[in-house]
Amino acid sequence: MNAVNLSRRFFVQASLAASGGLMLGFHMPTAEAAVTEAKPWNTPVTGIEVNAWLVLDPDGTVTIRIPHTEMGQGGMTSVALLIAEELDVEWSKVKAVFADPNRHLRNNKEYKVMSTHGSQLVALQHPHLMQAGASARERLKEAAAQAWGVTRDKVEAKQGVLKSGSKSAPYAEFAAAAAKVTLDKEPAIKEDASQWWLLGTGTQRLDIPNKVNGSAQYAIDTRLPGMVYAAVKASPVPWGKLKSFNADAIKDQPGFIAVVELRAVEGKRGQPDMQDAVAVVATSWYKAKNALNMLPVEWDFGDSVTASSKGMSENAKKVLGEKGLISKEDPKALEVIAASKKVVTADYERPFETHLRMEPINATAHVQDDRVDVWSPSQDQSAAVLIVAEQLGRDPKDVYAHPVFLGGGFGGNGGGGTAVTRQAAEISKRLKRPVKVLWTREEDVAQDKQRPMAAARMTASIGEKGLPEAIFTRALWYTQDKQNQIGPATADYGIRNMPYNIPLRHHERHNLDTHIPSSTHRGPGANQTGFITEVFADEMALAGGWNPLDWRIEMTKELPDWQLVLKTLKEKSNYRTDLPKGEGMGIAAVECHGTIAAACATVSVTRRGQLRVEKIVIVADCGHVINPHAAKEQMEGAACYELGHAWVGGLDIREGRIVNTNMDTYNILRMDQMPDIEAHFALSGGKKWGGMGEPAGPPVPPAVANAIFAATGKRIRTTPFRQYDLTWV
Amino acid sequence: MAINLTINGAAHNVDIDPDTPLLWVLRDEIGLTGTKYGCGIARCGSCTVHVDGQPAKACQLKAASLVGKQVTTIEGLSKDGNHPVQQAWKEIGVPQCGYCQSGQIMSAAALLARTRNPSDGEIEQAMSENLCRCGTYLRIKAGIRRAAQIGV
Repeated sequence: MNAVNLSRRFFVQASLAASGGLMLGFHMPTAEAAVTEAKPWNTPVTGIEVNAWLVLDPDGTVTIRIPHTEMGQGGMTSVALLIAEELDVEWSKVKAVFADPNRHLRNNKEYKVMSTHGSQLVALQHPHLMQAGASARERLKEAAAQAWGVTRDKVEAKQGVLKSGSKSAPYAEFAAAAAKVTLDKEPAIKEDASQWWLLGTGTQRLDIPNKVNGSAQYAIDTRLPGMVYAAVKASPVPWGKLKSFNADAIKDQPGFIAVVELRAVEGKRGQPDMQDAVAVVATSWYKAKNALNMLPVEWDFGDSVTASSKGMSENAKKVLGEKGLISKEDPKALEVIAASKKVVTADYERPFETHLRMEPINATAHVQDDRVDVWSPSQDQSAAVLIVAEQLGRDPKDVYAHPVFLGGGFGGNGGGGTAVTRQAAEISKRLKRPVKVLWTREEDVAQDKQRPMAAARMTASIGEKGLPEAIFTRALWYTQDKQNQIGPATADYGIRNMPYNIPLRHHERHNLDTHIPSSTHRGPGANQTGFITEVFADEMALAGGWNPLDWRIEMTKELPDWQLVLKTLKEKSNYRTDLPKGEGMGIAAVECHGTIAAACATVSVTRRGQLRVEKIVIVADCGHVINPHAAKEQMEGAACYELGHAWVGGLDIREGRIVNTNMDTYNILRMDQMPDIEAHFALSGGKKWGGMGEPAGPPVPPAVANAIFAATGKRIRTTPFRQYDLTWV
Repeated sequence: MAINLTINGAAHNVDIDPDTPLLWVLRDEIGLTGTKYGCGIARCGSCTVHVDGQPAKACQLKAASLVGKQVTTIEGLSKDGNHPVQQAWKEIGVPQCGYCQSGQIMSAAALLARTRNPSDGEIEQAMSENLCRCGTYLRIKAGIRRAAQIGV
């Protein structure tokens, strides 16, 4: 970290503190350090604050404070675009810095929401972000109107310049006056895409320059004077109890400072968060890790030590034969199926998957008598403040989280609830020094909150036109007992609410407990239920003699948005069912976070069973797109992410623990496995604002599975695909 | 023990256990944090650097083995962030979370230094040990093709 830059930034920032800005100890990076330290944001924030999001400098610079997390999804740029659109300033004058979470909490959630999850940023937060820009613009106009003795409607605000008749002035000239203006009513925002000048044009992301020269600051890059390093180990079998350890055995290891015992804590949201663990603290992380490996530790694993993926899978098959909780009741559906001459039935299953963010989980904390500073890779920096305050029993007003870039999030860093942040706070408190806690990759996978395992039995009767007339679905979800809100509800939703017009439906579910901690994971629910429903859709269509794409169009006749997406896919994909053996195309469509995404995959499979995914065409309706460049990036990324799980992924649990904990055994997609991706939008507009960070993922695994069937006649009903013998003659 | 290393053209005298992997010397001793830890077992490529111009995984290189060699990290790839690969990366907008990109860029730069106009197959072969969880592979490929046009 560049101390010179930081202290310069601090002194400038301190001048803003009077208006409720930051008050930071010397040599502490400011909340904005991650962005501003490196090009092109190394200019200090100077100027006058119009509102919490905006600072205007007389040199024309418009600093936009970003409350949300940038984890690769383009959120930083999205926020800046939404505000700049309404404010009406030159895009080249915009500088983005991260907002201060402490200020947010101190001022009664001044930024409304800092959490960044569920593909919600643009979909749900755009109204208040656009409002911040629009309200500032109207205040600037009002301030100018008062100075110039005209009414506000006679003042024009455009590209950073206020004009009325012969008078004109840059925005900054009226920034101080604007901050004091009260309006009778806040202005309307431009929800209609036809009014936009900046949104929708396709903008290069603001964080790119810092990410090609090594300067972007992630939590793992935090370095503080006097900082020590901790390596941590929790029970390999989750929720195992720490029985004993022998610190004496490693006290002579190089750089050794201390062993710190950590005990499980119940998190505020009913999600147990920090588990029993031991931390070894040393003068470097490498030394801490080596000493930890030599530390004798005894655990009480409890009953969970007998759990395995195989056992859970066998149990799932048994439970799918038993009656579950009924969430959609229709006895007629069961009668029709029982009497039908043509019934399709199949079982599906998806294993646990891990987030595997490229940045292994870590956090840095500095606990002092008068303040606490924390650097956490959290998808909600304000939650990081609250969790640390809770862990330490401190007033959140004294806790300062410093937003950093995230080396991936994927739902795994949500709510600030990552145990590592508590661990860092706790260790720093006890040692009275700044400490960086970094989990090894193995610990990161073993202790992650995983995507839960799911399974379903799907049964449908096919009627006279070859279309299903009744469906009986029974789903199950393995989820930790206190996290039911993450699992079964979502599992239920995707299957119970399939878009297809099947007249009679009966749906049941089972909630099965597991000791494996679970959490949201990119496209939660949809990533599993989408596979189940869309492979089964293919099976229903083919059983009735239908072309699977035409079947989907027929079955969603009453749903205009589905029609738009599926018909666009038909037009763009050149979908065919008559390819020679060994080649095949497959279709799937899934709704996730308010966006419908449909995919057409083309695969080839050699006679020896070698799969190649050639191409995936994806069409999405998220209503509006504010940055097509970033949205397409997310479609490519989500597709790659899900294809990785479906093809080569899958966590392996044996003796209660995850055994494939590093990248030699838990695989993600490689470049040579990546298909061409063609991303298209089919936007229904209007009131619809859907998410874009996740929805393109869920249709990909079923589309590929269906394409494999078309190519080989081999039906894929579980993942990863690599476990199937795909040879054909 | 004191070891002399040459990193990005500058001499560094570091007092470390000679077995310490270069990755941790760079990050925790010298403060060059652009080189990232991802797996620690040479499977992800996030820690790729150049040793005498050849790509290498810093997590597997013992510091003592680098005495007398030229180590280049992402921070030293170019003076102003404008190596053709970096230019192409900015033009195309390759990174998402960006965490793996230092390694991707170092592997790509090494590839282009030995093969001026790599085929898709050569790109895939050279880059197959650099993983990206965000799924930027198509843009990395396009970035390498573009960097080849710009000229290394």
